[in-house]
Amino acid sequence: MLAICLYFQVHQPCRLKRYTAFDIGRDHDYEDREENRRLLEKVAGRCYLPANALLLNLIRKYEGRFRVAFSISGVLLDQLTAYRPDVLESFQGLGETGCVEFLNETYYHSLSFLFSKDEFCAQVGRHRRKVKELFGQDGKTFRFTELIYSNDLAREAESLGYEVILAEGAEVLLGDRSPNRVYRASGNGGGDENDNGARAGRIKVLLRNYRLSDDISFRFSNRDWREYPLTAEKYAHWIHGENGAGKVINLFMDYETFGEHQWAETGVFRFLEKLPGEILKHRDFVFATPAEIARTVEPGDSIDVPELSSWADTERDLTAWQGNSLQQDAAGTLYGLERAVKACKDADLLDSWRKLQTSDHFYYMCTKWFADGDVHKYFNPYPSPYDAYINYMNILDDLSKQVTKEKRS
Amino acid sequence: MRVLMFGWEFPPVVSGGLGTACYGITKALTGLGNHVLFVMPRIELSCPFPLLTLISASDILNAASEREKPLPEDSLLPLPLQNAPLILRPYQRAGQGGGGPPDFSDWPAESYLAAGEGYGVDLFAEVRRYGEAGGLIAARETFDVIHGHDWMTVPACIAARQASGRPFILHIHSLEYDRSGEEIDEGIFELERLGMEAADRIIAVSHYTKKAIVSRYGIDPGKIFVVYNAMSQREAGETYRTLKDRDNKVVLFMGRITFQKGPDYFIDAAARVLKEMPEVTFIMAGSGDMMPRMVERVAELKIGKRVHFTGFLQGSQVEEAMTLADLYVMPSVSEPFGLAPLEAMMYDVPVIISRQSGVSEVLKHALKVDFWDVDEMANKMIAVLKYPSLAGELVERAREELKNLRWEKAALKILEVYNSDSKSEMISRRQGRGDAGVLSIRRGAADDANEDSALILNRNKVS
Repeated sequence: MLAICLYFQVHQPCRLKRYTAFDIGRDHDYEDREENRRLLEKVAGRCYLPANALLLNLIRKYEGRFRVAFSISGVLLDQLTAYRPDVLESFQGLGETGCVEFLNETYYHSLSFLFSKDEFCAQVGRHRRKVKELFGQDGKTFRFTELIYSNDLAREAESLGYEVILAEGAEVLLGDRSPNRVYRASGNGGGDENDNGARAGRIKVLLRNYRLSDDISFRFSNRDWREYPLTAEKYAHWIHGENGAGKVINLFMDYETFGEHQWAETGVFRFLEKLPGEILKHRDFVFATPAEIARTVEPGDSIDVPELSSWADTERDLTAWQGNSLQQDAAGTLYGLERAVKACKDADLLDSWRKLQTSDHFYYMCTKWFADGDVHKYFNPYPSPYDAYINYMNILDDLSKQVTKEKRS
Repeated sequence: MRVLMFGWEFPPVVSGGLGTACYGITKALTGLGNHVLFVMPRIELSCPFPLLTLISASDILNAASEREKPLPEDSLLPLPLQNAPLILRPYQRAGQGGGGPPDFSDWPAESYLAAGEGYGVDLFAEVRRYGEAGGLIAARETFDVIHGHDWMTVPACIAARQASGRPFILHIHSLEYDRSGEEIDEGIFELERLGMEAADRIIAVSHYTKKAIVSRYGIDPGKIFVVYNAMSQREAGETYRTLKDRDNKVVLFMGRITFQKGPDYFIDAAARVLKEMPEVTFIMAGSGDMMPRMVERVAELKIGKRVHFTGFLQGSQVEEAMTLADLYVMPSVSEPFGLAPLEAMMYDVPVIISRQSGVSEVLKHALKVDFWDVDEMANKMIAVLKYPSLAGELVERAREELKNLRWEKAALKILEVYNSDSKSEMISRRQGRGDAGVLSIRRGAADDANEDSALILNRNKVS
């Protein structure tokens, strides 16, 4: 029996407005609400609503045999609540079928684990409560921003009570082992040895099959691709070809793949519509969510990942967010304000500070232009990473001045 | 290959980027084994490297026997040029006319273009005399191709083409519209248009310039090739001492203080910066006809204490200004290419460049602004001065970027343009017959033919 685990990441950042040196000290509102709303409307129309409707139909049609998982960032949940409650309701409708799992992540889609464990735990807790409130589910599965993963992170997630954590099935994690198995997080990697031996390493790890995932999310509409056009039949054939070579195939991708990154005209919805039927034609294959897999499949090996990895670019490291001095300076400055911001006990200030933690802001500052550069450029609202940095630092400068002022008064 | 090249200036005598570019181009072309016969109005130096022959137009004309001859190319010149003496607008000459700033007479770089310094009474007369020499030199020398730089060489190139029948390639480094905005000199414009019409092929220093050639002069885009300028690697490898002062930040403008270079936008941005950062120093290095107005503007804005005019700098003075600078700004209104920012990058100075420039097409690791957006220019100036990581990242990435801007690459492209003769003719012939099969036929051929078709495809794409 081989379980297909479909998980979709759903996220839209809170984009910042153009903010110049002359706004510092004069304007404390940083969001580009109009642009955020415009983009949300666009992606709701192109992706969220039609894809949700399609998934709902599929779930009903296959009567529980088709199952999926979502992780919806807190920043997006807030935007949906404010601008498009109908979209939120359609996600809730999916939740009510009992065939959909909602995962937990950091509320602000942040890199907080790298800078502050306190902040990280606070954001995970907030997201857990929000998911419980909106979808009535107790989080069992954790995934960190951009599938960032390490031994330490797994241990932290475990201590927060999660049973399973998601990661990228890259060679750096796996060596020549298959991503199609369930692994256990390694107990190695610093800390007290006895403590590790006693309780660490119990959390399970599901690893993204990046080849099969990217066939849909990146290559689907690429006419230069040898396999173009990709049909559900062909894809299911590949999936079935993995039979006997593992327990699970983890297909993790951005939800915006459907209708936004791959436009409807490419046939991506028709592909999705046919896929469950094609896969379920083979009786050894089922769909399952991460928590269901964690409950039913016992892991074999453990994976040992002392260094942080992610699902980004060809390097699978963190250089897309923390690879240059601009990004390091921006993040360092931001998290350097943590203590002062929290001491202010001002909800608005804290919210502003937290929204600036969203990883997208750092992604826009990436100067790795070549090879992976195209993808970066596509998602970047700024003409250059330098413009992104300047805008961000101006805002941070204002925030920092506000914090200093509050402290004095 | 032997190239008969007509230029107007050559280092050490330069007034702007043209001489520097000619040096880089000839050095790289000769380095690749080509002979270059470089004709200048007058020559005061010996040949700096092998395979380059410098020819002085004035020496040719001064030979008594040649003087007697009639001027065959007169009919080619636009009307205003045929009747000397002409009144000229001194577009590069600073400080002429009433009032005027202090003493600019010791700026040797402008001597070629200055009246009364041995090159005839005015620029057009000089251009015409240079043109006379072109035909005579062409009749005397053997070469495969004629390559002229900018409008001043047009009469010479046309005469040389008539005398030899060799293809004429006109290299456009700047246009009258760049230098003068809408208030163009009709005579220069006509000469540019005539030259581009007559040229077999045109090299433009950027797509920005190519676009202007097509839209302003109505030239067939099919014969225009873009070849970017570059930076001499020998210089790029050197490291410079730095004189930067942590507390006294310096922003540098270096270039002619003329309409084209946007000095007024620089000053307005400076005033905005000074409101936020009163301790910044602005240096305007250069001279030009807008200088008096700029001095007045600075006084009006009451920022004279923080804005310094140095006049035209050269040699070690340039180096000193660059090593002092924390930021270099090129706010040009219209810049066909713009070599100066590359020079600043060589000194590890971060740069802000106007989007209305050719160099902005090749530089990724420079900050870019629209020249008219003074607020954004000031915002970016402040950011570079305030956030050290920004300056650091720009400088570090620029070092890598400079390594790829080599004159050898430009020279290889220029050679492609020289050799593209047969195919451009072939294409027009085939197109005339309605035969579209030419590209696919050539694609299957040998390697160089593939490159040819890539060039053609490229050209078709941009046009």
